[in-house]
Amino acid sequence: MQLVLEKRAERSGTIALVSPLIAIGLTVVTMIILFAILGKNPLLALHAYFIAPLTDGYSLQEIAVKATPLVMIAIGLSLCYLANAWNIGAEGQFLVGAVAGSWIAVKTQGTDAGAWVLPAMLVLAAAAGALYALIPAICKVKFGASEILTSLMLVYVADLFLDYLVRGPWRDPNGFNFPTTAEFDPVATVPLLIEGGRLHLGSIIALLVVAAAAILLGRTIKGFEIRVVGAAPRAARFGGFNANQLIVLTFAVSGALAGLAGIIEVAGPIGHLQPGISPGYGFTAIIVAFLGRLNPLGILIAGLFLALTFIGGEQAQIAMKIPLDVTKVFQGILLFYVLACDSLILYRFKLSFPNRQVARGTH
Amino acid sequence: MTHFHTLRRGSNWPTIGHFTMQAHQRMLDSTPDGLNSGEPPLLRTIGLTKSYGDFLANDSIDIDIWPGEIHALLGENGAGKSTLVKAIYGLIQPSAGEIRWQGQRIVLSGPSEARSLGIGMVFQHFSLFDNLTVAENVALGLDGRESFKDMSARLEQVSKTYGLPLDPKREVWQLSVGERQRIEIVRALMQDPKFLILDEPTAVLTPQEADQLFVVLERLKAEGRAILYISHKLEEVKRLCDTATILRGGRKVETCDPRRETAASLARMMVGSEIKEVKAASGRKTTVPRLVVNDLSLAPGEPHGVRLEHISFELKGGEILGIAGVAGNGQDELFAALSGERLSKDPGTVVIEGIAAGHLSITHRRRLGAAFVPEERLGHGTAPRMKLSENALLTGHAASGMVHRGFIDTAATLKTVDRATETFDVRKAKRDPEAASLSGGNLQKFIVGREILRNPAVLVVSQPTWGVDAGAAAVIRQALLDLAIAGAAVLVTSQDLDELAEIADRIAVMFHGKLSAPLATREATREKLGLLMGGSSLELEEAAHAAGA
Repeated sequence: MQLVLEKRAERSGTIALVSPLIAIGLTVVTMIILFAILGKNPLLALHAYFIAPLTDGYSLQEIAVKATPLVMIAIGLSLCYLANAWNIGAEGQFLVGAVAGSWIAVKTQGTDAGAWVLPAMLVLAAAAGALYALIPAICKVKFGASEILTSLMLVYVADLFLDYLVRGPWRDPNGFNFPTTAEFDPVATVPLLIEGGRLHLGSIIALLVVAAAAILLGRTIKGFEIRVVGAAPRAARFGGFNANQLIVLTFAVSGALAGLAGIIEVAGPIGHLQPGISPGYGFTAIIVAFLGRLNPLGILIAGLFLALTFIGGEQAQIAMKIPLDVTKVFQGILLFYVLACDSLILYRFKLSFPNRQVARGTH
Repeated sequence: MTHFHTLRRGSNWPTIGHFTMQAHQRMLDSTPDGLNSGEPPLLRTIGLTKSYGDFLANDSIDIDIWPGEIHALLGENGAGKSTLVKAIYGLIQPSAGEIRWQGQRIVLSGPSEARSLGIGMVFQHFSLFDNLTVAENVALGLDGRESFKDMSARLEQVSKTYGLPLDPKREVWQLSVGERQRIEIVRALMQDPKFLILDEPTAVLTPQEADQLFVVLERLKAEGRAILYISHKLEEVKRLCDTATILRGGRKVETCDPRRETAASLARMMVGSEIKEVKAASGRKTTVPRLVVNDLSLAPGEPHGVRLEHISFELKGGEILGIAGVAGNGQDELFAALSGERLSKDPGTVVIEGIAAGHLSITHRRRLGAAFVPEERLGHGTAPRMKLSENALLTGHAASGMVHRGFIDTAATLKTVDRATETFDVRKAKRDPEAASLSGGNLQKFIVGREILRNPAVLVVSQPTWGVDAGAAAVIRQALLDLAIAGAAVLVTSQDLDELAEIADRIAVMFHGKLSAPLATREATREKLGLLMGGSSLELEEAAHAAGA
């Protein structure tokens, strides 16, 4: 008896929906083992991770706040990945967007600049993110440089650039030498949706982005081009679609969305520019994109789920002294299982019983 | 029916063979136990079955191969021929049934075990490294441990003995397809096989090259080796083979003597029903030139590609021009240049409907009224994992009202699928399945239908019936004729000379990136086309004949 992986005639729609759930299930099983090894009660730990954050309003709002950048970045990344363009540098585009938007906030600080400040910050952040993403895209198209490497390396460039700014020219003179800008003025801040709460306008923007992506991919010829270029490059060329053009386009869009997410995070929940504005949103968004099956609605759900792991990780750290890095372990294992389970969409397991053969060879 | 068949004892025994064989009488259609001589067949399968999921690729197939016979394996695409030979060659494990070699049951762990028993195989698609020499390629394919020098010497000896001339030091990319096949055959012969499997060997050969191959096969037969010859060219099988086993839908239909059958009766056994004759064009009038190619030269886009050199032809409405030639002589490059997948710097090289289009993209050319059907169905003509409606959009987005202001009209794409389904009898499990789930013939009907429904002025189609069942092939050829009758200009590239003779008005031949002057089909004999396919020019040949006479 042997277990064989057998190709399906047509991709299974059911498994395509179920596979992320299988992946989550397997991840939870692995985490139980991991918690047990760490000497923590697995059930309590799982409760802290996945149940406790859902039981109070503050945590629920916090999940939405954390999910906002994840979803926005992941939507952009999904467009890249569908077109076979591997943008791994969303973290850098996020930081560059945050820096560019903050520039307006810093320069208008203390002036009587009006309501134009925030919209201008959003636009500039998106433009900066897009331009930053175009560097690897153009290197790829013009010189054949691997966009995976170049986009990833640019993350560290952006990170150090931000570090330089907040420790140097943009440092708050009244900030006791902490590496941070002054608190942004109200006109440079993303408004809250509920007075005294955490939920802000960015979450609405994220929902609009999800809806726009759903329409783009499902209804428009441009979305179709993106999907064909990734799924069957030669057929796409035969269809008259230019793969290089789409690499540039998807990189620009995903960079813009990451940049937008960056400034919303800084001008929203954080309120000023400082190092460490991202707990790795740009990387976690890669997991969100795949867990959501590169589908806008799926990404929305996956973004909320991974936001839950961030909040749950904090709660587990407080309640049970479980290291915060366990959250990253969890996310890594999850991505591993998601990619592994995807093979079940095109293949299925089958037990096979090869007939017993008596003789072997005659020579 | 019982045929008695006495084997000739060869006058000179093989120089490289180590086995001798006895001539014996046998019955062809005997049941496994009904042999009248004690000698078992060289290879026998009993109830050989291979299933993939619920699908039976081979359904209890019994076949006997005797020493010194050329045994044809006939069947349409998907009949199970490849599965059967893969099982015999150890590439796949049968799900049930058994294989016997000289009367002994065997289980093959892989091809190397099959080779060590004396089973050799020449595949349709060669496994050769372009940048290595002939000798290096042969060395890579051999299991033996002899020195490279000894091996090269043996290579030369074998190739000389069998009249398969090869220069061991040449690199493969410089060789013609026929020469590449020779490498594969010599490589198989160097293992001194008792049993050689050839998968559609003449598909890539000119008629003259095929004749040369038949001489080699006759010689191998005379040496007492058995040959399993996979083909769907019936005339060839009648001429060459002693026995034919016909498969259909994974089952064996019959084992017979092909020389006692007609091509039509063999075809009937293969297809299971009469094949519709393609109605020849009547009352076709040629009109204005719709596709003109002027002195088109194009450097190859990839290493070892073919350079197109000074290609010119004119194709009028109502006319079908056939392009014959051995694969790899620039047909793919010509298709890419005509479709606009590769652009030419000089707009005037390709003129579609009177408009210089050499520099225009494929989308622009479609808008001018051109349509294209590439050779490769999955991955080029369609995106395999996308639905048919999406694949209709793939080429229809340019000009068929499927897109309004950037938004896809899903109803219009589905309508194209339905119309193609209805007009060209596309069989599928549901209304809008993925392209990859269709059989080759049905997908090809869909692709051709998708383009024809756009009412093109110019249709450029490459290998329209390659790997397609006979029924679908007839539908497709008829559709091409009907399109020409309706006034379109049709350019058909094909390696199947019979197909071109059936539908084309004129036939030109591609060789080394050059296109010969077209011949009227009634003047294009197999001999003439064969010469052109081998690179001879007709004038020179005629001059030589005249001089000789």
